[in-house]
Amino acid sequence: MKALNKFTMTMDSRSANEGFARLVASGFAAQLDPTVEELCDIKTAVSEAVTNCIVHAYPDGVGNIYISAGIFENGLVRIKIRDKGCGIADIKKAMEPLYSSLGGERAGLGFAVMESFCDKISVRSTQGKGTAVTLDKYIKGKEFGG
Amino acid sequence: MIEFSVSGKCMTVFLSGEIDHHSAAGIRKRIDEETDRLLPQLLVLDFGNVSFMDSSGVGLVMGRYRNVSAHGGRLEAVNLSPWCYKIMKMSGLDKIAKIQMTGVQR
Repeated sequence: MKALNKFTMTMDSRSANEGFARLVASGFAAQLDPTVEELCDIKTAVSEAVTNCIVHAYPDGVGNIYISAGIFENGLVRIKIRDKGCGIADIKKAMEPLYSSLGGERAGLGFAVMESFCDKISVRSTQGKGTAVTLDKYIKGKEFGG
Repeated sequence: MIEFSVSGKCMTVFLSGEIDHHSAAGIRKRIDEETDRLLPQLLVLDFGNVSFMDSSGVGLVMGRYRNVSAHGGRLEAVNLSPWCYKIMKMSGLDKIAKIQMTGVQR
């Protein structure tokens, strides 16, 4: 499947970049003329994925977060958020709603939110090597009365 | 970014802007300082001017619920946009605290 348009970027896993990543992803999707709700879906899902990289993948320092996105036929936006951090030991457990390895101030809803606000998500992870989260979102846009 | 209003034993916190993992740390610290100082019986978190929230906002409410409950107080989250409300509901927080889209008339 060939992208009609794409971008890639690398940024530090600093929490100040969470807002920046949301803005870039929603700005890229904006060319499909999405509804406000669809843009908010993308912002929220990307925010969750990037936050995971910052708090889980690189808990003791700053590493790279690689974000790439493509626009495909039928209004599909595919956003990939990848890190070279510690990886996830048990993906199934990590994706359980309300489970957080950090407890306390984290709600444990990151993956649940991503699943709820995207059409499809896939997670690949290797311990010690890193994690890649792919978010698929179909933009139906304003012309469909959304 | 964050304003407080105290009336009797009720403390209202007016939140604004974007609540994510980055901003939540500072917001949490300020609310906890005031909560520990004033020990309110009712802590109201007003989301009326919040333009964006991810699950960090849920974590923020859960943590404040625990904190205020520890000294016998209650928590309410009010004026949530339909969007914020949807995320909040995913946590089941609405089963233990008052979570609503409208404000409170007092």
